[in-house]
Amino acid sequence: MAIHTDAPARERVHPGGSRRTPVSYLVLVLLALFAALPVLVMVFNSLKSNYEIGANPLGFPTSFEFANFVEAWVQGNMGRGLLNTVVVVSGTIAGTWLCAGPAAYAMARLDLPLRRGIENYLYFVISLPVQMFIVPLFFLWVQLGLIDTLFGLIVIYVALNTPFSVLLLRTFLIGIPRSLDEAARIDGASEWRVATRIVLPLSLPGFLTVGLLSGLGAYSELLFCVTFLSDPELFPVATAFLNFSQGYAQNYGLVNAAGVILLAPLVLLFLALQRRFISGLASSGVKG
Amino acid sequence: MTSTLVRPAPPAAATPRAPRRGSLRRRSRIVAVLFVAPALLVNLLVIAGPGVSSIVYAFTDWNGISAPRFIGVDNFVRLAGDDRFWNALTHNAIYLVVFLTVPLGMGLAGAFMLSRIRRGAALFRVLFFLPYIMVSVVNAQIWKNLLDPNTGVAAGLHRIGIDWLDDVYFLGDPALSLGSVMFVDNWHFWGFLVVLFLAAMGGIDGNLYEAARIDGANALQEFRHVTLPGIRPTIIFALTMIALGSLLAFDYGFILTGGGPAGSSDLAALLINRTAFQSLEAGYGSAMAITLSGLSGILLIVFAVLRRREDES
Repeated sequence: MAIHTDAPARERVHPGGSRRTPVSYLVLVLLALFAALPVLVMVFNSLKSNYEIGANPLGFPTSFEFANFVEAWVQGNMGRGLLNTVVVVSGTIAGTWLCAGPAAYAMARLDLPLRRGIENYLYFVISLPVQMFIVPLFFLWVQLGLIDTLFGLIVIYVALNTPFSVLLLRTFLIGIPRSLDEAARIDGASEWRVATRIVLPLSLPGFLTVGLLSGLGAYSELLFCVTFLSDPELFPVATAFLNFSQGYAQNYGLVNAAGVILLAPLVLLFLALQRRFISGLASSGVKG
Repeated sequence: MTSTLVRPAPPAAATPRAPRRGSLRRRSRIVAVLFVAPALLVNLLVIAGPGVSSIVYAFTDWNGISAPRFIGVDNFVRLAGDDRFWNALTHNAIYLVVFLTVPLGMGLAGAFMLSRIRRGAALFRVLFFLPYIMVSVVNAQIWKNLLDPNTGVAAGLHRIGIDWLDDVYFLGDPALSLGSVMFVDNWHFWGFLVVLFLAAMGGIDGNLYEAARIDGANALQEFRHVTLPGIRPTIIFALTMIALGSLLAFDYGFILTGGGPAGSSDLAALLINRTAFQSLEAGYGSAMAITLSGLSGILLIVFAVLRRREDES
């Protein structure tokens, strides 16, 4: 088994060549419209008054109700939600790095006992359904007082992200020439120094991919959020949005504006880091 | 795929004398164990510990609060006769069949077409992938809006004189609710398969296409005889992912319909959530959960066997 980390270098190859393309373009345009039009309608509707959505449900807005955004921000508690999300996302990324980084380093570089067993266990855990542990976990979190805390949620996210991240980072670490750290060791560098000064900087792309994937997961996650949090003041922005959209079900202008607010950071990040996003997510499957 | 583990070379600077080497080795092993410790501890706390206790609780009448009482296989007997569970599981099976075909077809078509063009390929890829990175709660809201007869596609069609969608409530009609949930979930998901397959297609040897062309193959024949065999491992991987995802589907059902109306779009994960956390039947919920996990384990084994057969041929 191996994790695909070399996808970006290869995906530019055009094995099919470029003959007879009109049919291809037709199908591609239809698929692109299917994917993108609903998003466009949401952006249009976020700028319409409720009255206009009834009169002009799908088209370009005739008047621009920017007040929707202000009201959605206030009524939807979006500021608080985004703040909670920042806490959860950064906590998840930091925790995943701290747990997965050293573990991957030990698996790739150190004399780790039971290495093969640990590797197999990680593959096993990745394919374990959430339902297998969520019920006792909930009541354990109640007993530990971690229910309804962002910290408790972060610990869960870190645990969910770590197995896959260890395996992904390990492939990055194996790719770094061993002669580099051997040389440093001969020069008397401690294990810690070798890890932080030589291997860590070289494996930065791996850490970025892991951070991006676990951050994206934490931004969008729903099941654990709605199960483990009940205080609306603690809701991350996605859950806050769900709460808001249920309370203002018929007010599509407002709810769409809140949706645009929720998506904006994500889409901007995606457009800026598109290549890493796409190759990272395409590699998030552990392939056999 | 290869997973050649590179064994660490013996420390070059170590003295050849046995006792010193032994203690050095022990020390480096301790460091290695300390490095994996945080990952394993957090795993034990969140996944392994509760996972094992799930199996234990499944044989009790635990309500999550008071002490559990051992009741043997009673939960499983009850489960076998529980219509709600079979109803939900049937919907998961439908989910499975639909997702093993529709998004797979769209993903293969999209990726193959995309691999044959040059101009605009990057733009198409971004557009296809956009719904996949978007948050499920927003995707669901977009489609709630579009599927609402008063504000969505039906209203748009009504304005140009087409009114056969006017009274169709996609999410409120028991005959349509499950289909609508699957439709929205697929709208979000299929672009991921395009990107996955496209990356795999990039790894196919271009000479194979050359050869097929010299033999006079048309596009469809190239797809069947070069592309499909070339990305077979990736397809099997995608099928595995889809199968697991269909058994455990939660988000879109939860947001769009909550399993209703009248259980018409209920799914196993929704039912487990309600049983364990709303009805506080944690023991019974655990029994449902490990039954579902057992089913996904069986699916995993089936696909692992498929993959092994693939490797051998």
